[in-house]
Amino acid sequence: MAGEFGNPEVVEEEVDILLIGGGMACCGAAFEIMRWAEGTDLKIKLVDKAAMDRSGAVAQGLSAINTYIGTEQDPADYARMVSNDLMGITRDDLAYDLGRHVDESVHLFEEWGLPIWKTDENGERHDGSKGMTPLKDGGKPVRSGKWQIMINGESYKWIVAEAAKKALGIDNIEERIFVVELVNDKNDPHRIAGAVGFSVRDHKVVVYKFKACLLAAGGCVNLFRPRSVGEGQGRAWYPVWNAGSTYAMAAQAGAELTMMENRFVPTRFKDGYGPVGAWFLLFKSKATNAFGEVYMDRNKDMLDDYPPYGHAAVPASCLRNHLMLKEMKEGRGPIYMDTVTALANLRETLSPREVKHLEAEAWEDFLDMCVGQCGIWVGENIEPEKKNSELMPTEPYLLGSHSGCCGIWVSGPTDLGAPTDEEYDGIPEHLPRGWSWGYRSMTTVKGLFTAGDGVGASGHKFSSGSHAEGRMCAKSMVKYCLDNKDLKPELDRPVEELVEDIYRPVKTYLEHKDYTTAIDINPHYITPKMLQFRLQKIMDEYVAGVATYYTTNSKMLEVASEKLDMLKEDAMKMRAKDLHELLRAWENYHRILTAEAHMKHIQFREESRYPGFYYRMDKNFVDEDNWKCFVNSVYDQKTQNWTCFKRKHVDLVDKSKLFK
Amino acid sequence: MPTFVRTDKCDGCKGQDKTACMYICPHDLMKLDKDGSETGHAMRAFNQEPEQCWECYSCVKICPQQAIEARHYADIVPLGGSVQPLRGSDSIMWTIKFRNGTMKRFKFPIRTTPEGSIDPYAGKPAADMAKIEEPGFFNQENGYRAGDRSELIKL
Repeated sequence: MAGEFGNPEVVEEEVDILLIGGGMACCGAAFEIMRWAEGTDLKIKLVDKAAMDRSGAVAQGLSAINTYIGTEQDPADYARMVSNDLMGITRDDLAYDLGRHVDESVHLFEEWGLPIWKTDENGERHDGSKGMTPLKDGGKPVRSGKWQIMINGESYKWIVAEAAKKALGIDNIEERIFVVELVNDKNDPHRIAGAVGFSVRDHKVVVYKFKACLLAAGGCVNLFRPRSVGEGQGRAWYPVWNAGSTYAMAAQAGAELTMMENRFVPTRFKDGYGPVGAWFLLFKSKATNAFGEVYMDRNKDMLDDYPPYGHAAVPASCLRNHLMLKEMKEGRGPIYMDTVTALANLRETLSPREVKHLEAEAWEDFLDMCVGQCGIWVGENIEPEKKNSELMPTEPYLLGSHSGCCGIWVSGPTDLGAPTDEEYDGIPEHLPRGWSWGYRSMTTVKGLFTAGDGVGASGHKFSSGSHAEGRMCAKSMVKYCLDNKDLKPELDRPVEELVEDIYRPVKTYLEHKDYTTAIDINPHYITPKMLQFRLQKIMDEYVAGVATYYTTNSKMLEVASEKLDMLKEDAMKMRAKDLHELLRAWENYHRILTAEAHMKHIQFREESRYPGFYYRMDKNFVDEDNWKCFVNSVYDQKTQNWTCFKRKHVDLVDKSKLFK
Repeated sequence: MPTFVRTDKCDGCKGQDKTACMYICPHDLMKLDKDGSETGHAMRAFNQEPEQCWECYSCVKICPQQAIEARHYADIVPLGGSVQPLRGSDSIMWTIKFRNGTMKRFKFPIRTTPEGSIDPYAGKPAADMAKIEEPGFFNQENGYRAGDRSELIKL
């Protein structure tokens, strides 16, 4: 029976493994898993809220792959870089493990057809269509930085999705399904048993039962008020469809989160949020204040306030923001990317053929991944060789795959010397001790795995690392299912209740829509859009958004907490006038819970670990003695309370090498 | 910058149930106005939530009629410029027009293999189940970096 608005068809389905999301991580898992599952009869399915060809953070394309280790570097070097960029508190086991696996995925991308730039024997660079030696056979990539390689990546996601779809089989994929809640097992509250969601196209609720799932639905965008609030609010730096679904669903299922206080505030080309990496690293451009002074030189002494993280050859990202913010606050803005000088200098050193390509390269950098920035350049008549562009730190984003490390606490590899016990008290009894509890990338909820933006306390995986991490999950999920062959998942909530939950915004709308003449103004409900504005206003003004130059304090956080409580209550009154608005309503539920986790963690960590990303002005220092530790938390869905606690940080590789 | 659909070019993907742009938009923004009740233009697609547009150009690139363009966000960008792609099977051509009339054209490769040609497991071994708990993937493409074990200080 086909459903109708307000009375959806309910489809129940049982599989062994559900992949939630269609981005790089789930595409990696899809490719790897079918090989390990061969001959096992395991039923595997993938659901994506969008279309895999263009879903996730790589939807638009990319102009670089930011993590390629190569033969010249060691996974330990990579783990060191990740650690320093994130102010010392990352899991070396996770970063190292990613570092040793990631290049495998890059080699596949090239085999599948992704054009990767190459350097020839004379040191000249060529685009990826020239048929030069592949990386896996010793071809030399064009390194824009120590870890990054340049690509012609407009169709990056399209290519990776094609391989994933072929591997998994089109019958095992359903697009436009938005999974919104996980369901625990009736016989074990710390085990996962299923998930529920709805179709964005048909009036249909889906209820899945499974042994294991990979939850990889991206990071969180638009939980803070963005700098552009008109049409431009969609032009977030990270994709606007990343709504915190990964963190919120995991938290509700009882999974332990980690480092949710961490955020990323990228400095980008103003308003279009075009990437700066190639400009800094490939074109050797400098960022200056309005008077042409390089703030990284002018304010160099400020790095001494944050040893040792300020003293690495490349200081932590947040500290680079810290030095820039001083210029802005003291009135020496705007901040500029000096593209004019950079391109003029390059012209002197490159071959004539390369100079010809230089202009195209500069444009391709944006056209491959951030067309909107080109829109600003053409609208404002900016040609980078003639006119400099403004830079600006963005609104905060939460993510675990780029230069951020918030996310979920997962089981790591066992062969790298990771701790097997804990030194601190206060960790809830039911949670594991040590960094490994059996299955790589499993969360503290049995059967629930995550990858990409979902894995916390690591970071700097980017597109390639997220793909590789998904592949690692694939193996361990197959192993988990084979070890638990007789497990019969049973949902701990009745299906009718779950369906009612999901369609509540629709019911609210239908019940009250005729009470007023104006559809959007009604005392009985709130539109998802207005609810999102309220969330953004609270986060911006009290939880260190752009309005306060990223500052907060314990009193402001108390106010935020009260306001978020009321917002959570009002979220139960969100309306959905159609399926599109139901999608937005659920995205906002996820944003609220993610925002709350962020706020609670900042409240708990009594220091300012990431100067330049946020400042707790009442604790405006880095406190290595008391806070060089993980801050983790669990959420109790019944009481709606968060419990924050510390886990000890341990180095598995020697960090002092960074400073020699 | 929201995308917009030109009434003179969009054919609603010839009356199919969903249009190419609806299919591809990662944020569920494109909608087909079947009877014209929402836009006054029956059987044309439109961007139903322009302020949520990421400008990813997925709809622009996929539209079989080249009916979709972008008007850069009105709250930020001066009028008059345009950035328009034509995506083929192995390359993409960009036509860029500045507000002051300056024009630029670029062509970049997007893919070195024919679309649809990926055979994911061709020439690759089956997984060795005995190794399911070890590091590494089912196949090795010279990309596994075992690392110098002496770097691991807790071993």
